[in-house]
Amino acid sequence: MADETGRSGAFSRRGLLQGGALALAAPALMRRAWAQGAGPIRIGFPVPLTGAFGAEANDQVRAAQIAVKEFNAAGGLDGRMAELLVRDDKLNPGEAATRTLELIEKDKVNFLVGALSAAVTLSVNNVARERGVLYNSISQSDAINEAKDFGRTTFHEALNPHMTAGAVGRYVFPKHGKRVAFLTADYAYGHEMVRGFRRAGEALGIEVVADIRHPIGASDYSAFLPRLAALKPDVLCLCNFGRDQVVSIQQATEFGLKRTTKLVAPVLLFTARKAGGDAFEGVVGGTSYYWRLEDSVPTAKAFNDAFRAAYNGAVPSDYGALGYAGVRSVLESVKAAKSTDTDKVIAAMEALRADFYKGPQYFRACDHQSVQSVLIVESKHKDQKGPDDVFTIVGTEQPDEARLRTCAELGHKA
Amino acid sequence: MMIGPYPLDLLALQLVTGVALGAIYVLVGIGLSLIFGLMTIVNFAHGAFFMAGAYVGVFLYGYTGNFWVSLVAAPLAVGALGLLVERLLVRRLYGRGIDDPLLLTFGLSYVIVESVRILFGLTGIPFGAPPALRGAVDIGIGYFPLYRLFLIVFTALVVAALWLFVERTSFGLIIRAGARDRQIVQVLGIDVSKVWLVVFALGCGLAGLAGILAAPLQGVTPEMGIPVLAEAFVVTVVGGMGSLAGAVLAGLLVGIVVAMTSLIAPDMTKMAIFALMALVLLVRPRGLLGRAGALG
Repeated sequence: MADETGRSGAFSRRGLLQGGALALAAPALMRRAWAQGAGPIRIGFPVPLTGAFGAEANDQVRAAQIAVKEFNAAGGLDGRMAELLVRDDKLNPGEAATRTLELIEKDKVNFLVGALSAAVTLSVNNVARERGVLYNSISQSDAINEAKDFGRTTFHEALNPHMTAGAVGRYVFPKHGKRVAFLTADYAYGHEMVRGFRRAGEALGIEVVADIRHPIGASDYSAFLPRLAALKPDVLCLCNFGRDQVVSIQQATEFGLKRTTKLVAPVLLFTARKAGGDAFEGVVGGTSYYWRLEDSVPTAKAFNDAFRAAYNGAVPSDYGALGYAGVRSVLESVKAAKSTDTDKVIAAMEALRADFYKGPQYFRACDHQSVQSVLIVESKHKDQKGPDDVFTIVGTEQPDEARLRTCAELGHKA
Repeated sequence: MMIGPYPLDLLALQLVTGVALGAIYVLVGIGLSLIFGLMTIVNFAHGAFFMAGAYVGVFLYGYTGNFWVSLVAAPLAVGALGLLVERLLVRRLYGRGIDDPLLLTFGLSYVIVESVRILFGLTGIPFGAPPALRGAVDIGIGYFPLYRLFLIVFTALVVAALWLFVERTSFGLIIRAGARDRQIVQVLGIDVSKVWLVVFALGCGLAGLAGILAAPLQGVTPEMGIPVLAEAFVVTVVGGMGSLAGAVLAGLLVGIVVAMTSLIAPDMTKMAIFALMALVLLVRPRGLLGRAGALG
């Protein structure tokens, strides 16, 4: 009896302690269980809705919504739906860091996708990396691949300047000539593009006749143009973005540079071409996506059709498509991992072999750069069939790790 | 023939480019200078009026398809806006020192820019030169855009008309007298408030004209007036506050300095015009053709 009582007393004391500990831990455990299991899968999406790249950013949101819709329509992750939390980063690295931190701390997002500017994407990546949140970047950047900015949670869905400018250079220099001039916006994007062209050009024996830097957001390029016209380069690479691209191409055309020189933009934007109109005629450049890819790639057709159905027959832009791909890569990996656990999703993304909208692509192991095709497009004018029919695809560089900087050069061990 | 590392043709072409750039500076500079010289108002909304002119012109072009209609209508519409602003806002601040109208026009510039953003969107509107003025022509030293040649000639005509107005009409006489000594003009029984109304509207109209003329060079965006305002101030300070000839001289000088710096040291371009201003202020504080004590 005494024994029994003693045993039961000891048991109940231990039980009380265990139960108390459990009860104390319960809210935290429940929150964790909710975040991991019951609630929706939340994807934070910071993009510059206002500011110079507003048109591109709004298209990214529209396309990203399609990826979410498709995931949910297919049943989600065992009935767990996904949702997109869009935030305006105002094209400002500080603003982006604040919004990202809020998304992580307050909104408890599971993943991050977004940003549209090299400086902003590095800022978002920095916050995400510190907090151990998976981030899939959809902005051009070389630095994000490099060991010093890379983290195991960092993925890069977009092209990088090295592969984009490289592909354009390898197409343009043999075809249009070796005397090359650069007119470059004086910031990271422009510098990285010039480096990409020069690296590709070295192997082809190009001669750089001028390398002119202009301040970002310049409204007049006329003072640079007589000199460029006098040099008569075979190729003029305009390494700038958005409105700078529109104005510089417009003014170079105005100065009659096209008589002697092929105008080239590393990234020839769908939106810029539509805003710039006929001044773009004949300009060649690279892109990650152009909707006419649907003529040869079935997944492009499916993606465009979904976009057209959702948005009154509109076609997605290049950067818009990246919004779709960025979110879809994450959600497909969630499905493959059968979990939203960051480590499991990272492993699934590393193993992902996708053809979502433009043909095959995969993330390279060492730097998580998406290895994918680069399209070379030429702007048309006279034989346009409708306002969206602005480019002809004149070349495609197939996905090839050899076109990237090596893992060792980027500072990775593997 | 070479001068330094540059062929003479290139330098000459660069000079013409600078003059074309200067044409826009001249037009915005004259308006700002007139308003300051006569009314002692530092018009911080000048860049916004410039932008408004471009939008009015491009908007009308969408309806009429005729650039020349826009070229006439834009300065008239912006001039009318200037009339309203002077009558309803600026007039209440006369005699309150230089700061109050400055703050008023500063705030007004934000209202105008934000209104345009709401009405026409954030991304801007593409706009090209009228078909008759497209393309480049050989001017003997190389190819030069036809539209920019037109810009030089047109600005010269506008400046000539302004000069006739100020130097050869009785109203111009009052403007000149007012710029020299406001009190005496008042004492002579002239209704200066009417003169100020006209001068403010004229200055704004010139900013609007510069805006529509600049539109084919760069397209239009709500923010296009911001850099222009800074450049217009440089022109006004270099030329001398209130001096028509000074604004013309300084506008051309700034254009040429920008063009030449772009050739020799492209990354110094933005700084060069401010260096010019500092230099002029050191050597001649009243500006190239300004009178002493204009700021007193």
